Amino acid sequence: MKKTTTLVLLIATSFLLSACEKKSAEEVNLYSARKEALMAPLLEAFTAETGISVNIISGKADALLTRIESEGINSPADVLLTTDAGRLHRAKSAGIFSTLNSSLLSSTIPSQYRDSDDQWVGLSLRARPIMLTPASTQMEITRYQDLVDPSLEGQICVRSSGNIYNQSLIAASIEALGEAETENWAKGLVANFARKPQGGDRDQIRAAAAGQCSIVIANTYYLANMLADKDKTDDFQAASKMTVVWPNQEDRGTHVNVSGAGILKTAKNSANALKLIEFLASDTAQKMYAELNYEFPVKDGIELHPILKSWGEFKADSVELSKLGENNAAAVQLMDRAGWK
Amino acid sequence: MIRSFRWEFTSGLIASIVLLPLLTLGWLSLQSNQALWSHLASTVLGDYILSSLALMLGVAVLSLLLGIGSAYLVTQYEFRCVRFFYWALLLPLAMPAYITAYSYTGLLDVAGPIQSHIRDTFSLSYGDYWFPEIRSLGGAIFVLSFVLYPYVFLMARSSFMEQSQHLRDVAQLLGYSRTKAFFRINLPIARPAIIAGLSLALMETLADFGAVSYFGVNSFTTGIFRTWYGLDNVEGAAQLALLLLGFVVVLLALETSSRKRAAYHDKKTSAPAQRITLSGTKQLIAIGLVSLPLLLGFVIPSAQLVIWAAENASDFLEPAFWQLLWNTVMLAGITAVVALSLAILVAYAHRLNQSRFTKFAKRIVGLGYAIPGIVIAVGTLIPLAYFDNSLDAWMRSNAGFSTGLLISGTLLALVIAYLVRFLAVALNSVESGLDSVRLNMDQAARSLGLSPIKVLKQIHLPLMRSSLFTGLLIVFVDVMKELPATLVLKPFNFNTLAVRAYELASDERLADAALPSIAIVLAGLIPVIVLSRLSRSSKHTS
Repeated sequence: MKKTTTLVLLIATSFLLSACEKKSAEEVNLYSARKEALMAPLLEAFTAETGISVNIISGKADALLTRIESEGINSPADVLLTTDAGRLHRAKSAGIFSTLNSSLLSSTIPSQYRDSDDQWVGLSLRARPIMLTPASTQMEITRYQDLVDPSLEGQICVRSSGNIYNQSLIAASIEALGEAETENWAKGLVANFARKPQGGDRDQIRAAAAGQCSIVIANTYYLANMLADKDKTDDFQAASKMTVVWPNQEDRGTHVNVSGAGILKTAKNSANALKLIEFLASDTAQKMYAELNYEFPVKDGIELHPILKSWGEFKADSVELSKLGENNAAAVQLMDRAGWK
Repeated sequence: MIRSFRWEFTSGLIASIVLLPLLTLGWLSLQSNQALWSHLASTVLGDYILSSLALMLGVAVLSLLLGIGSAYLVTQYEFRCVRFFYWALLLPLAMPAYITAYSYTGLLDVAGPIQSHIRDTFSLSYGDYWFPEIRSLGGAIFVLSFVLYPYVFLMARSSFMEQSQHLRDVAQLLGYSRTKAFFRINLPIARPAIIAGLSLALMETLADFGAVSYFGVNSFTTGIFRTWYGLDNVEGAAQLALLLLGFVVVLLALETSSRKRAAYHDKKTSAPAQRITLSGTKQLIAIGLVSLPLLLGFVIPSAQLVIWAAENASDFLEPAFWQLLWNTVMLAGITAVVALSLAILVAYAHRLNQSRFTKFAKRIVGLGYAIPGIVIAVGTLIPLAYFDNSLDAWMRSNAGFSTGLLISGTLLALVIAYLVRFLAVALNSVESGLDSVRLNMDQAARSLGLSPIKVLKQIHLPLMRSSLFTGLLIVFVDVMKELPATLVLKPFNFNTLAVRAYELASDERLADAALPSIAIVLAGLIPVIVLSRLSRSSKHTS
């Protein structure tokens, strides 16, 4: 009995200690809001190219940010990677980022997708256009503003206002139209909802294909993922019914967001951290972003995936991305007032 | 005197594990937030409160019906497969609520197979027919009840099992019908246990985020997330969390007062009650009744998972999967044992001392379960990092070297967060076990010269064995399913099955999430089966 107890204690202790940091010669520590499964192939390619191993903690951006802030100067994190510009801005405001001194980044990534003080850089582009089924024939839709037309009552599916992509959409709109007009727009949109917001972006596409609505606001990579996986016949067929409409091509452009990263002030491996970010901005990695998750590259000259190409070129909203972060709280309150659940 | 102080000190120390995040929460809430509150009050606060109340009420009614009904049937009657149902009714406990929610959504959603089939067969289009909306308050009540009723079932089952034959003899002497005996004798005696189980179910309901947010129900927890993430207002989120805690304090006060009014000790002098044999239609009805919670809470959702997993047979069992399984089981095992040990100390300290202080310690420990995992995570993260950094700064200036982060970012931090949340579960089981041992046993043993620790070891622990197993089981399974705290606190390159399943599901890749989900369920099954066997054999030997 005593022996068993000792053995069990030994195993338990060694397990608890096993996850302690292993010091290897060249490494970089990544806090990632992007799911580990999506990052893994990119990180493996990085390690293969540079010999630097990457330790990763994945989680929600705000939780990671809180973790970095409370860990303070002893934080092991070198790089924070998020899936939206709003959180990058939040991290910058919290004063945790250092300046990225990289001529490579500033020469290849368009300034529109970089922080004005070079504290963070966008690494992949995510567009949030309008998608239609053949059933949506009431009127021609070319702008986000068109979605509030009373003839579209009960036609629109979009996920909850708790989602960051909707918050960013509204934040961008506040910048373009002002708060009052955006609130009117949100109210009109809510009035046209086919159902109480629920599920994720793919669920909206599925519901539209099933006939519950005919107009969807969703990120393109969800649609592309459904189109790419032909084994899942239901999803493939649902996605095949959708047409992508790039809204506001005559004026401000279609809403886009970036996933991106910055290096922490307290980073212990800042040279390796910069290497990692530069790798993620390289042509190889930019292509992988499209192959892994069907996102648009942040820089020009990268061959687009055929699915993305099939939707045609589009003009992206050129709003300064840090505004998405600055207006985020206002956007959430606005959606609360508009009754967007 | 010194000895009693030692017990008080121990229980205070353990309570401080739970108190620490609560104090952090309080400290975060200190800032006044008038603008936020007037915004919330004029827009969504009412919705949060009403939804949470409706959710609790619905889950309470449904899980009581399911839990008590099935526990009574499997303990008092003899019918085909009753031994199977005796433990199988626990199976839904292995299903995380959010995973059951995913399965049912996949099945019943507008784009799911059932509705698609209806449309194809009758060539209807959406809106031409009525179909219940799974993503609704009703859907959330349904899913949570069928996942959480086992808490009531477990407690009610062991209480009904412990009720001896002489109770039934008394009922017969009084000329009570079976129904009357149930309501006048069996149920009142089981009430403290049932309410303990119910309060766990309700606390879990209040803290649930996964299922509720997936169904688009604006509960309190959704509001906490929204205030923190969306409004970037940690203080406001902490204040909402404290308000939620207020709910729980009321709930727990109700539980304790019901326990106080109903302190029954069965003398256990007679044999366990004889089962009544059912046959014919009655047997079929009984089987039908106990099959229902099993089917809806376990068989149907896991069948959906298996179908999804089979569709994705290509990515079956990569080596990383075994690492995930190992991580998850080890964490759950360690936490379960530690939680149980600490809970025993807290409960026993109060039994020995009966002082205000030990009572207070017990109350504090009982609170953790209702705090949403994410709130606990932040409440643990901040003080631990503060401790690490202060120690580091002190060492740097006084000893000339840096200790860095000692606890933060290690598995120990994760285990501490789990303890904050799940000590309450362990304590609940320990207490219900301890309550059933009469105090004069302690006195007799002490008068024979045994020390309190020896009394605990030689008298209480053996007598409480089945309650302790129950506690171990629940904590183990709960940790396996735990998600939000793990997400925030996990160390580098470390994942659990729940995190993997969640990452895939939150990307709406339900089918890909099926495999880790099944693994959680399977790994959760092992303790369910082992422990129900153990508790049965301990019944035979005692």
